[in-house]
Amino acid sequence: MPIKSYLAHPQEGKKEALMEALSKIDHCDVIPAENKELLIVVTDTESKTDDEKVKESIEAIKYLKLLALVSGFNTPKNN
Amino acid sequence: MQNSLTNRRNFIKKMAAAAAMTAAATMFPGIIFASEQEANLPKGGNLDWKKGPCRFCGVGCGILVGVDQGKAVAVKGDPNSSVNKGLLCVKGYHQIMCTQAKDRLTHALVKKNGKYVQTPINEALDIVANKMKETIEKHGKDSVAMYTSGQSTIPEGYVASKLMKGAIGTNNLDCNARLCMASAVAGFLTSFGADEPMGCYDDIDHADYFITWGNNMAEMHPVLFSRMLEQKNRRGAKIIDFATRTTRSSTASNKSILFEPQTDLAVANAICYEIINNGWVNKSFVENHVNFNKGLTNMGYGLEDKFKFKDKPTKIDFEAYKKFLEDYTPEKVAKYSKVSVKDIKYLAAIYGDPNKKVVSYWCMGMNQHTRGTWMNNLVYNIHLLTGKISQPGNGPFSLTGQPSACGTAREVGTFTHKLPKGVVMNEKHRRLAAKIWKVPYERIPSKPTYHATEMFRAVDRGDIKFIWTQVTNPLVSLPKTGRYRPAMEKESCFVVVSDVFPTPTSDVADVILPASWHIEKSGLYGNSERRTQHWDKMVEGPGETTPDAWMTIEIAKRMGYGDLFPYSEENHVEEIYNEYRQFHEGAKHGMAPLEVLKKESGAIWPYVNGKSTQWRFNAKYDPACSNDKDFHFYGKPDGKAVIWQRPYEPAPEVPDAEYPFWLNTGRVIEHWHTGSMTRRIPVLHKAMPEAYVEFHPDDANSLGIRNGEKIKVSSRRGSCVLPASINQRGLPTKGQVFVPFFDENMLINDVTLDAFCPISKEPDYKKCAVKVEKA
Ligand code: SF4
Repeated sequence: MPIKSYLAHPQEGKKEALMEALSKIDHCDVIPAENKELLIVVTDTESKTDDEKVKESIEAIKYLKLLALVSGFNTPKNN
Repeated sequence: MQNSLTNRRNFIKKMAAAAAMTAAATMFPGIIFASEQEANLPKGGNLDWKKGPCRFCGVGCGILVGVDQGKAVAVKGDPNSSVNKGLLCVKGYHQIMCTQAKDRLTHALVKKNGKYVQTPINEALDIVANKMKETIEKHGKDSVAMYTSGQSTIPEGYVASKLMKGAIGTNNLDCNARLCMASAVAGFLTSFGADEPMGCYDDIDHADYFITWGNNMAEMHPVLFSRMLEQKNRRGAKIIDFATRTTRSSTASNKSILFEPQTDLAVANAICYEIINNGWVNKSFVENHVNFNKGLTNMGYGLEDKFKFKDKPTKIDFEAYKKFLEDYTPEKVAKYSKVSVKDIKYLAAIYGDPNKKVVSYWCMGMNQHTRGTWMNNLVYNIHLLTGKISQPGNGPFSLTGQPSACGTAREVGTFTHKLPKGVVMNEKHRRLAAKIWKVPYERIPSKPTYHATEMFRAVDRGDIKFIWTQVTNPLVSLPKTGRYRPAMEKESCFVVVSDVFPTPTSDVADVILPASWHIEKSGLYGNSERRTQHWDKMVEGPGETTPDAWMTIEIAKRMGYGDLFPYSEENHVEEIYNEYRQFHEGAKHGMAPLEVLKKESGAIWPYVNGKSTQWRFNAKYDPACSNDKDFHFYGKPDGKAVIWQRPYEPAPEVPDAEYPFWLNTGRVIEHWHTGSMTRRIPVLHKAMPEAYVEFHPDDANSLGIRNGEKIKVSSRRGSCVLPASINQRGLPTKGQVFVPFFDENMLINDVTLDAFCPISKEPDYKKCAVKVEKA
C-alpha cells in the first residue's frame, strides 16, 4: 500500500499544463509551488503494481522534465 | 479501527507531502507552497514527536521523530533548531528507514570453526572480555586496541577512553575522525592553541562572501549550503567555489575557480602575498594579536611503517614572513596552480577589502591532504592578516563530516594522544584525568601510540593482537585497504566489531556485537559549531541490540574494573555526561547542563552563566577573554594567535607516464560515508545504486570511453572496476578522475595511497596517481 511523494520539474513554461495533466491521473495529488517551477506529487495506491502504473502515467506526460522521488512509505495491508 | 487506520494513512500522505516540500526548500531556498509544511501536519494525531540530532552529518540538524505505538514512522526538521530551522536534506528525511533493513544485526555472532554462530549477548561479552584480558596478560597492555568513531556518542567515546587509558593504561585508542578531522585539529592547535571553530552557523546570516576551499557543500553540508543560497538570493551574498572539480556547489556559486591538486598551499600563500603587497594588512590586529612562526619543511609523507615526525616551531618576524612570500607572487603561482593571476588577485581582494565580511569554509579537501595541517594554518593566516576572525560573518570555519567528530572524537578525545581535557603528554592533564577517573596517575601513559593508519599497520605486523572497532567500517574507509583487509584476517589478531549492519569489516570479525542504532538509545552528539545536542531513547531496538557505551561498560566490569564504571543501565548516559562535564568546567569550555540540553535543541560551548558563546576569542561575546583587549586568543600562553610560514611542497605521488591520472575520492549527497546505513534505505539506494568513475569529457573522448562502460582504475597498490560517468554528477578537471567511496562492492580504497600529513597523521584520499583502461 505505497504512498510516495515526488518533486516534478516541468518543461520550461509548462507548469500549468503539467498541473492539469497530473490532476487527471487517479491516486495522485498535486501541490504547486507558488514562486518556482516545481510541483509536488503525492501518490497513494493499493499495490506495488498500481504504484508502478501511476508512476508510468506520470512519466509519460510530455510537459514533465524530471520526476524525483522524495519519500516512500509503506502502510499495513489492512489499511 | 478502520477509522484510525484511515487517519493514519491520511497522516502519512501529509507527511510525504511535507517531506517533499522541505526537500524542495533545500534545493530552492525561499520556495513557497500553497499550503505550508506545518499546515499539513495532523492536528491532534497520536504521534509522539521526539527531538534529537540527525544521525548522519556534522551539520547536526535538529530532527523530530514521530513515534507511533513504539515505532518510528516519520521524521521532520526541528523548527526550533537554529541549525536547520526545520529544513532537512534527503538523508535526514529518510534516516529511520534503515532500521527496517532485513539483515540488521540483532544478536551477537561468534565465529566457531569458520562459521558465525548466534550467541547470547552475555556470553559474547564474556568471550570478548576474556580474550582482551588474556591478550594483555600474555603480550602486555599495548597489544590490545580500540578503534572508535566520530559517530560514537559522547558517552560512548568517554567510556572507551576511560577503559583504555584510565583502566587498562594504554593509549591504543584512535578513531575514524583521524581520517577526516585530524588536520583541522592540528591546524587549530598550532594556530590558536585551542581546537574547534571560533564562529558559528549564524555567520551565514552576516557574511558578504563565502569562500569554499575544496568543499562541495551542496552535497556534503546541504542544509548549510541552502542557508548560504538563501543569503545569496536575499542579500546578494556571494559564494566563491575554489576546488579541483566542478560540482553541484560550483554551479550554484557565483564563481568557480579550479586549481591543480596540492597547489592550494601556493595559492593561499599568494593571497597573503597580495594582501601584504597591497597594504591590506589589518596592522593593529596583527600587532596586538599575532605572532609569526616557521616550522620544519620536507617533512616526508608517512609512507613507511613507524614513521615519526615532530615539528620544531621557531619564531620569525613579519619581515622574514614577507620575504618568504616573495616566492608566491600571483605570477609565479599561476604557472603551476593553473589559477589565473586575475583569479588569485580577485580572491585576495575579497579577503583584503576591509568593508566585506568573509567566511572561509572547508572540510575534506583541505584536511585529507599530506600537508593538511599546513593548509589549515594557511587559511588562518589570511584571516589573521586581515583581522577577519571571531566576528559575526567574518571567520575561518572548518566543517566536520561526522555528526560527533567534534563532540566525541575531539572534545572527549578518542585519539591516541588525547584525554577528555588536553593531551596525554601533559602531566597536568594526566593528573586531572586520573583524579576524575579515580585511577592512579601513573597508570595513564605519557606517550601516544598508534594513530589510525599506524594502528592497522601494527595489526598487519602482528604487534596488535586484539582490536575492537565500534561504529565504523575501516575496511571500506581506510586508505590502501588492500593491505589492511588481509591484515585483519590474520590469525595473529582477534577482531571484535560492534555494528548495526554487517559490513566488510564485520566479515573479518571473530565476534560481532549487535549495536543499538541512534534512536534506540539515548546519547549526545557535538556538531561543527560546538553545539552539544542530547536525545532520549525513542524506540526499542530489535533482539539483543545494546548501546555501545553499555557494551564497553560490561566489558570493563568483566575485566575487573567495575568500581571505575559504577553506572546504571537505565541512566548511564546521564551519569557519564555529568562525570565528563567536570573535565571542561570553566569559561573556556564549559558544557551546558543536561537539563538545558534536554529542553533545548542544543547549546554551544563555552556555555557560561546560562548562555551559549557564539564567537570565541572576541571580548564582546566571549566571557573567557581576560586580557582587556578586543580579542584574546587564550589558547596560547601569551594570548596571541600564530601566523605560520608554510611552503608549497608537492604530493608524494603525482601522475606520470605509467599512471597518468590524478585520483580524487569523496562522497555523494545520497550516501553516508561507507553506505552501510544509506544503502539500506531504498529511496537513497535507488537514487545512487553504485559508485562510478567520473571523467572529464575530453579525457573520455581521447580514450574512447562511453558513459556506463566498465573501467578498471589501477594504482601501484590495487585496482577497482567501475562504470564510467561523463557529464553527470560532477566534472573533474582534465587529467583527473573522481570516484565516490560509499560502495562496498567497488572498493576504491584498494587503490588509494596511505600517505598522511606528518603533523596530523590524517591520510590524503584526494591525490594519488592511477591509470584507467576498459575492463
Ligand atoms: S545536512 Fe546533515 S545533519 Fe542535516 S539533515 Fe542532512 S545529513 Fe542530516
